[in-house]
Amino acid sequence: MADTTTDQQPTSKTAIWNDPKFRSIAFQVIAGIAIVWFFWVIFNNTLTNMEKRGITTGFAFLDSTSGYSILMSLIDYDSTQTYGRTFLVGLTNTILISVLGIFFATIVGFIMGIARLSNNWLISKVATVYVETLRNVPLLLQILFWYNAVLASLPQPRASYAMGDYIFLNKRGLYVPAPVPEAGFNLVVVAFVVAIVGVIVMTRWARKRQEDTGQQFPTFMAGLGLLVGLPGVIFLIMGMPMSLDYPSLQGFNFRGGVPVIPELMALLWALTFYTATFIAEIVRAGILGVSHGQSEAAHALGLRNGPTLRLVVIPQAMRIIIPPLTSQYLNLAKNSSLATAIGYPDLVAVFMGTTLNQTGQAVEIVGMTMAVYLVMSLVISGFMNWFNKRMALVER
Amino acid sequence: MSDFVPLPNMPPPNLSKGIVGWAKTNLFSSPINSIISVVGLYFVITFLTPIIDWVFISAVWTGEGNAACVEATGACWIFIGDRLPIFFYGIYPPEQIWRLDICFVLLALSFGPQFFEGIPYKKYLAIFSLTGLPLIGYFLISGGSFGLESVPTEKWGGLSLTLLLAYVGIVAALPIGVVLALGRRSKMPVIRTFCVCFIEMWRGVPLISVLFMASVMLPLFLPDGMNFDKLLRALIGITMFQSAYMAEVIRGGLQAIPGGQYEAASAMGLGYWKQMRLVILPQALKLVIPGIVNTFIALFKDTTLVLIIGLLDVLALVQSAIEDPSWKAVETEGYFFAALCFWLFCFSMSRYSQKLERKLHTGHKR
Repeated sequence: MADTTTDQQPTSKTAIWNDPKFRSIAFQVIAGIAIVWFFWVIFNNTLTNMEKRGITTGFAFLDSTSGYSILMSLIDYDSTQTYGRTFLVGLTNTILISVLGIFFATIVGFIMGIARLSNNWLISKVATVYVETLRNVPLLLQILFWYNAVLASLPQPRASYAMGDYIFLNKRGLYVPAPVPEAGFNLVVVAFVVAIVGVIVMTRWARKRQEDTGQQFPTFMAGLGLLVGLPGVIFLIMGMPMSLDYPSLQGFNFRGGVPVIPELMALLWALTFYTATFIAEIVRAGILGVSHGQSEAAHALGLRNGPTLRLVVIPQAMRIIIPPLTSQYLNLAKNSSLATAIGYPDLVAVFMGTTLNQTGQAVEIVGMTMAVYLVMSLVISGFMNWFNKRMALVER
Repeated sequence: MSDFVPLPNMPPPNLSKGIVGWAKTNLFSSPINSIISVVGLYFVITFLTPIIDWVFISAVWTGEGNAACVEATGACWIFIGDRLPIFFYGIYPPEQIWRLDICFVLLALSFGPQFFEGIPYKKYLAIFSLTGLPLIGYFLISGGSFGLESVPTEKWGGLSLTLLLAYVGIVAALPIGVVLALGRRSKMPVIRTFCVCFIEMWRGVPLISVLFMASVMLPLFLPDGMNFDKLLRALIGITMFQSAYMAEVIRGGLQAIPGGQYEAASAMGLGYWKQMRLVILPQALKLVIPGIVNTFIALFKDTTLVLIIGLLDVLALVQSAIEDPSWKAVETEGYFFAALCFWLFCFSMSRYSQKLERKLHTGHKR
């Protein structure tokens, strides 16, 4: 008589629509249907609209001839090549500006962040004014300023600013000598790779030796010597297999050398100094975030200022700095798309600008461009997450 | 026997007080510091003198037309004075400008008091600025009803358009951001996945490609016969983009609320929405006000990008004014003015958010 109810679940008195499990599933099904329906409607509308305007869908347009030339290209390109090639040109230019920007912004940002903490009043005030001014002015405005107000007022090629006979600066850009490798230069490259491997091996060995015996090894100086010395010696032995191609004025313009177009200069300058303000604040917060007791404890252990910074303060500050630094790098990569305002041929300007205007393939082109930026974001944040994890392992 | 009378305190040595003492500790505390200070001072002076000279001393403040500026070596401020109405109002019909002015005054009246303490009814003013003001602003600025002349969006421009874009962006993005942030923390996998994808997609692409998408692709998405004008399309793009950032800020606030608050609210018998509305969101939103102000600053600067898709914000008007052949070599003046406008807004807002951060850093922290 008692065992009639023990096997069964007690029958629920609440109605089924008040059961949280049921409600959650029902809600999700409704939401799922709504989302699918929404995208289905959009998809259908797009198809009908494109049909009406006579736009063919698909990626066939990538294989047709582009017919326009691009200001600057890292890979081989001319106007007889395909739209697919313009995508690659834009992509490489975007990667170039992002890498250069990240490199310079990191340097300027770290210098300014540390300068803002300087006990020298003048230096810290200069850094503060720099950060507070440039941070609060839109990046696009800064790019336009450098391009239209500063670089456009440079002299004509005939009246260039020159540094000796090697470097020239004028309205058309900056001209620097181009290194031209000759026969035998490959060996120097090989030597450099060997040196890098050697440094890695040496660092491992030095760490192991220090853990075993307590003796330190001057890893940094030895590594630097190896990196500079080995390729240098090979370079000399091979009889300096490298010549420089100097720019020279021919007619109305310069020939030879590596031309840096003003669009690239203006964009790089603005991106560097804008992003560096944010990096400076991150660095400052990171260093201030390491409690003062840490450096006092290090001093009490007998470490001097240098090792205190290197072994105690900076590793801890880096843990605070890296996550926000990642998002600044991502911002820089995304902000490089503002190139389109001054005509630097990046992905957005070339592919989403000219190619889109010529072909009208809006959906494919915008989709491809957004996908590139999404992948770039994921790659940078993935790498920085990995790096962050490595740094975080220092913590117990 | 007389009582012990201590000698009066000695004054501090001359070298450690006043301007000399200050310089000694802050500029010349060590030989290296002294060298840095002297070199730095030299650079600051050589850098600042021409700028001050250009902005103030040799600048042209009075006169008429470009002719007054031809001789000058300094800034030509009469150019800015000449174009000021256009920079503020764009090409909005001059006899209707009072409508924009009313909106500016209402905006200042509802937002200004938030910066000061001890002003009553601040909460109601804030609610008004997020609900009533956009409505009033819409009817006033676009017109077409209540006997007001209709002004098409092509005529909106200048600093007022910049403010409008930023304001609508933030007001529309706030509720969407709250929903997305709650969705991202939801226990239902379908909802959570959708919110994560939505947020990460918008955060992963640059605003300029979002604006391109809004202006090129959005018309393709809409059913036949339905069309948005250019400003509305830009606003939709900005709102989507901004709501993703807003969601992440609000999620930060939600995560900072201790779990006990959720449990206590459940123990009181509140359902999910009541828990959120009465217990969690009021605390979380208060925590993230500085973050919201910071995203607002970022948005305010980002509104300049609309010039690339052809809207006439303040930077676009400056850009076209300096290309006007009746004024020569006024690029720097134009950009200086635009930079000053943005700097004043952004700097004061960032100071405000820092002040709030200090004020709000009281409880709630774990």
